[in-house]
Amino acid sequence: MPALELRGIHRRFGSVHALRGADFTLLPGEVHALLGENGAGKTTLMHIAAGLLQPDEGVVLVGGVPRPGLSPRAARRLGIGMVHQHFTSVPAFTVAENVALTAGWPVAPDALRRRVRETSERAGLPLDPDARVEHLSVALRQRLEIVKALAAEARILLLDEPTALLAPAEVGDLLRVIRRFTSQGGSAVLITHKLDEALAAADRVTVLRRGRVVLTGSVADTTAGELAVAMIGERAGEERVEAPTPSARGGAGPLVRLEGVDVARDGGLGIALRAASLTVAAGEIVGIAAVEGNGQRELLRAIAGRIHPLRGLRQVSEPVAFVPEDRTTEGLIPAMTLTENVVLGSSASEPWIRGRTVDWRAAEARTAALLEELEISAPGPSVPAASLSGGNQQRVVVGRELAKRPSVVVAENPTRGLDIRAEATIHAWLRRAASDGAAVVFHSSDLDEVLALATRIVVARRGTLIDAPPGATRDELGALMLASG
Amino acid sequence: MGAAALLAGLVVLAAGLELAGYDSGAALGALWSGAFGSWYALTSATLVRAVPLIIIGLGLALAFRGGAFNIGGEGQFYAGAIAATWIGLSVGGLPSPVAVAAVLSGAVLAGGLWVAIPVLLRVRFGVLEVISTLLLNFVAEALTSLLVQGPLQESQRIYPQSDPIAESARLPLLPGTRLHAGLLLALVGAVLLHRVFTRTLWGFRLRAVGLGPRAAEIAGRIDSRWMAALALALSGAIAGLAGGVEVAGVSYALFQNLSPGYGFTAIAVALLGRLHPFGVVVAGLLFGALEAGAGAMQREADVPAVAVYVVEAVVILAVLLAEAARRHGAATLASLASVTRRAPG
Repeated sequence: MPALELRGIHRRFGSVHALRGADFTLLPGEVHALLGENGAGKTTLMHIAAGLLQPDEGVVLVGGVPRPGLSPRAARRLGIGMVHQHFTSVPAFTVAENVALTAGWPVAPDALRRRVRETSERAGLPLDPDARVEHLSVALRQRLEIVKALAAEARILLLDEPTALLAPAEVGDLLRVIRRFTSQGGSAVLITHKLDEALAAADRVTVLRRGRVVLTGSVADTTAGELAVAMIGERAGEERVEAPTPSARGGAGPLVRLEGVDVARDGGLGIALRAASLTVAAGEIVGIAAVEGNGQRELLRAIAGRIHPLRGLRQVSEPVAFVPEDRTTEGLIPAMTLTENVVLGSSASEPWIRGRTVDWRAAEARTAALLEELEISAPGPSVPAASLSGGNQQRVVVGRELAKRPSVVVAENPTRGLDIRAEATIHAWLRRAASDGAAVVFHSSDLDEVLALATRIVVARRGTLIDAPPGATRDELGALMLASG
Repeated sequence: MGAAALLAGLVVLAAGLELAGYDSGAALGALWSGAFGSWYALTSATLVRAVPLIIIGLGLALAFRGGAFNIGGEGQFYAGAIAATWIGLSVGGLPSPVAVAAVLSGAVLAGGLWVAIPVLLRVRFGVLEVISTLLLNFVAEALTSLLVQGPLQESQRIYPQSDPIAESARLPLLPGTRLHAGLLLALVGAVLLHRVFTRTLWGFRLRAVGLGPRAAEIAGRIDSRWMAALALALSGAIAGLAGGVEVAGVSYALFQNLSPGYGFTAIAVALLGRLHPFGVVVAGLLFGALEAGAGAMQREADVPAVAVYVVEAVVILAVLLAEAARRHGAATLASLASVTRRAPG
């Protein structure tokens, strides 16, 4: 009997038909990868399984029993634990307090602390019960989310893109923990759009496309190529652009030059980046490989002029395009229209800024042209940015920044959370910017992306920069990133 | 939607009055005639009360749009009124336009100085302006009380109020009414503010800071902290202006309880007007009418004037509810529906 089964699920959000008769079966003891592009309906389907959303049509069966009108509380009682893509812990509480909050444990300090420590260690996810969540790293917060679900005695874990924020080594750890959970009789759904993860960790896989299941079966019987085709409906291939020649802009010297730059840790004490030196010439794409929190963020923001270095030399040609990591809080204002968001990022020399006033008609025309040029599917320039999918929001951010005809492009995780198609677009744009003569510097927590896109790789480790040898492999880079000392 | 909310408020008021044993028909009649029943009621009661609400409300709309939560309109109003009185008492020799300009600019400056304390606390120490501006209201009221029994007390030293300000420092009146030129100021202010919001780069940046302070900083390279502080300072100056207009146009003197809570009601006015300058004008007129009618209701139907707050409260709640429903749209309705569906089981 399946641990969890969803039959013929339909779900609409206003005019959007998010799920169109989706079926999904989770067997006991398996890891089941749920694959699909952004907006394919993966998260919606799992929210229905967790009782967070009600289906318009269709049935949810838990342990073979139909559960109409399943509520989140009832789902939790039935042993379904959801680990959300966005963290759901209270930052000001300790680890133990957050676990107690979710699991409904009494908050008697000593007993609670012991219980939390035991639970986390039994799961292979050790955590300090007294640590305040706001001080935890991203990986530890992720870990806490899983421990919370386990503390609530989940037998079925629904993990929504749990690896999106993790470094490669951390991903391996997490997948091992999930396997351990299922080997003890639990079942897990792993929502992802990374094919290699699905193939490495899952027993079975289901692929959603536009709200329908297009493939389901054993991982052993499928290949990455088949899965990719199922996900996007055509052969997945990245548009290859000729490697740009570094002298595209007439050898005017480096466009980025840092020498001996120290940068303070974001909002806190201590030095995040120490004596960093980096030069980037026109046409180069420099990839910064680093595990979260090794100074790459401060490096990029110092180049982009968003953080002022404590000391050292910084020479960067303007204009600088900057693609921040978090598109919905730093790249865009979701409540504003696309036009307003384009104006937000534009420099004073744009034609729609006339002295102290804004010519909204000109700005709107330009935005409409930009949407068309970049093939961004949006109803028009006057819709709020919030109404776009993540991939299209990112296209707007990157498109806006590149429309500045920048000398320097700085990008943080430019394709995080995007599907294959959006990723390919962003990569092509960044390559084109380089071949047009810009100096591009980017960081990605996905090492494969660094390898695929960069013409030169620099590793950031504990706040210092190390030039990676040309032609370094994934394993060699990983060793450089994680080496101690 | 506003009309439906107002109707709901009046229905709730009528029901409450009936339950309490009042003649609700007579009370509502008095409310209406006190607000709109005659040319005099309209100009000298409703519009006179609407002016300070609109002026403060415009300033608050500016602050709220910029992400600064100024709850201190009342205190800034008093600061403006104090400065206006002080100046108004000593400009008798000046020609009227100069005297009026001096009084009003003094009020603007005083409102700005009063809010400078929360501004500095916010910028320097990160103190929430919600708390500092609120607390300074009490300080301003106490200061007014102190002044009208001390240095600003009228020359016979009997009443806790100031002497009347010089004739030349008073705003011109519409003949035959108590309506003063402050209404023009409020309306021109609304048009100007609307243009600032929709046309200027500064207004756009202000809105960006209010809606997304991080993105304004990172993508827009705007100093969000400075922008919000500036919005807070300007809103204080504008509330100060309202205090000056009240002294120069209505009371001609400073006394305790000069404001029946204009600074607080203006928060509701700004929100009800959805932070849109023209919306603020409409909401200010509505609340001005309710306050004007409340007095008449008390005089003629013996219903306590505070009963009118029922209407104000219901209007605010209804509009907020409608707003929330609109924003969450289908999601809210769907979850409400699912809750009701689940309830019997």
